[in-house]
Amino acid sequence: MTRLSEALAGKEFVITAELSPRKGTLVTNFIKTVHALQGKVHAINITDNQRAIMRMSSLAASYLVLREGMEPIYQITCRDRNRLAIQSDLIGASALGIKNVLALTGDHPSVGDSPEAKPVFDLDATTLLHTITRLNAGSDLDGHPLKGATDLFPGAALTPQTEPLEPVLLTMERKISAGARFFQTQPVFDMDAFRSFATLTGRFGTPVIVGILLLHSAQQAQDLNAGVPGIKIPDVMIRRLGEAADPRREGIDIAAELIRSARNIAQGVHIMTVGQEKDLPVLLERISG
Amino acid sequence: MIVTEQKPDREVLEAVQKYRRVFIIGCGSCATASRTGGEEECRSWTEKLRENGKEPSGYSIPQETCHVLLMKSTIRQSAEASSSDAFLVLACGAGVQAVSAASDRPVVAGLNSMFLGTTERVGEFLKYCSLCGNCVLSRTAGICPVTRCPKGLLNGPCGGMVDGRCEVDRTAACVWVAIYDRLKARGDQGKLAQMNAPKPYVSARQRKVEPVNISRKSAGRNAR
Ligand code: SF4
Ligand code: SF4
Repeated sequence: MTRLSEALAGKEFVITAELSPRKGTLVTNFIKTVHALQGKVHAINITDNQRAIMRMSSLAASYLVLREGMEPIYQITCRDRNRLAIQSDLIGASALGIKNVLALTGDHPSVGDSPEAKPVFDLDATTLLHTITRLNAGSDLDGHPLKGATDLFPGAALTPQTEPLEPVLLTMERKISAGARFFQTQPVFDMDAFRSFATLTGRFGTPVIVGILLLHSAQQAQDLNAGVPGIKIPDVMIRRLGEAADPRREGIDIAAELIRSARNIAQGVHIMTVGQEKDLPVLLERISG
Repeated sequence: MIVTEQKPDREVLEAVQKYRRVFIIGCGSCATASRTGGEEECRSWTEKLRENGKEPSGYSIPQETCHVLLMKSTIRQSAEASSSDAFLVLACGAGVQAVSAASDRPVVAGLNSMFLGTTERVGEFLKYCSLCGNCVLSRTAGICPVTRCPKGLLNGPCGGMVDGRCEVDRTAACVWVAIYDRLKARGDQGKLAQMNAPKPYVSARQRKVEPVNISRKSAGRNAR
């Protein structure tokens, strides 16, 4: 049992935050942020070469989180490793005490900082979940027995704001059959729209943790809208950020409002930032009050 | 049809640098249709080699360059080919290797082999198959995700799909949405909720299809 799995089982409102490992071995600030999150979140997601940008391995960074006494959600993608590497990393994670895993397909290398890399995708998010289920049951993907099964708590990602929606829901169903025990969504900015999405996913009974992205300026919001597919920040929010005397504060206000309205729709919130990790504790302080 | 593209001139010229007499071998099948290894390209390379101080000794466009025995006889029967220092082959990788197997002289590949193309109209090819050795088309509504999804996913769409478009190329449709649309038109979209197991790469190890397979097949046909 992990803190996360217990909280979800106990229908607690779960708070997770996302941290990216550094590109390099200097981890002082990373550890500082981990400390600042202590007691404020149930678990910290550690991204795996997010947006195909090469960084420290998510397994190593997850261990750093664990060593500081916090619970990581170890994100693992299928972009960079084949089934041998993925299984051995998962066994290693479990042996180190890293139990929460977010199984992702992963962004294509062409969107990142090593665009000439060979894309692996030997597995995909679904077959990765299936692999975790196998390892937890004591055998590898090919049916060979393990000396000691893993004890992993697998989750998956969900894209709520897209069209057509039906394949997204079918994918969700498939991921649940393969072993997903919880979902974390990509950033949502329209909680009313999310409410109707949640009525569609409610029938599966698998907890959904809704993604919240902390914004800090109108310019950033516009850049995200233009540059990051799937992000749809409404004009009213951009206007609020633009007119605010202190846009960073305004961003925190907006996120706090979204989190408040998420309380009776989702099983929790997953807070992400774009390089504004130092504002995370301020936001968390705010919503705990 | 094997779709090929011309390598950059500089890369080819660098590869032929050491050789003086170069014989060009095109291909009468795919590379001619691809407009990369036909009459015109063989002539144009003859010119380019000459301009770069080489002695092009001639060219030949066999019907099927990917045929070792045919390459052996092509080379044997041509005095120019037999006396050249190297071959510049304007054919797919299978063709280049047939020439390489047929002669002990060096070969230079003039083309990049791209994919197995479906012809849309003359000269226009769609990248629809990458000869993966384990065809999944019966499970994916006749649309190949191995080739047409940039991640080759057997279980899609991925989280990068936005409004039906693909993460890697926003102007292109997500192939898993295309598969979904097809299935839905048949009321069969529930298939997407079932997992396709990880792909076996066993056939990728296979090095040769033995002639016995062919004779066994025709024997079976005769028996019936
Ligand atoms: S699955 Fe795709 S790549 Fe593989 S053989 Fe079939 S069409 Fe070709
Ligand atoms: S968006 Fe669709 S086609 Fe593009 S990588 Fe994802 S699943 Fe493949």
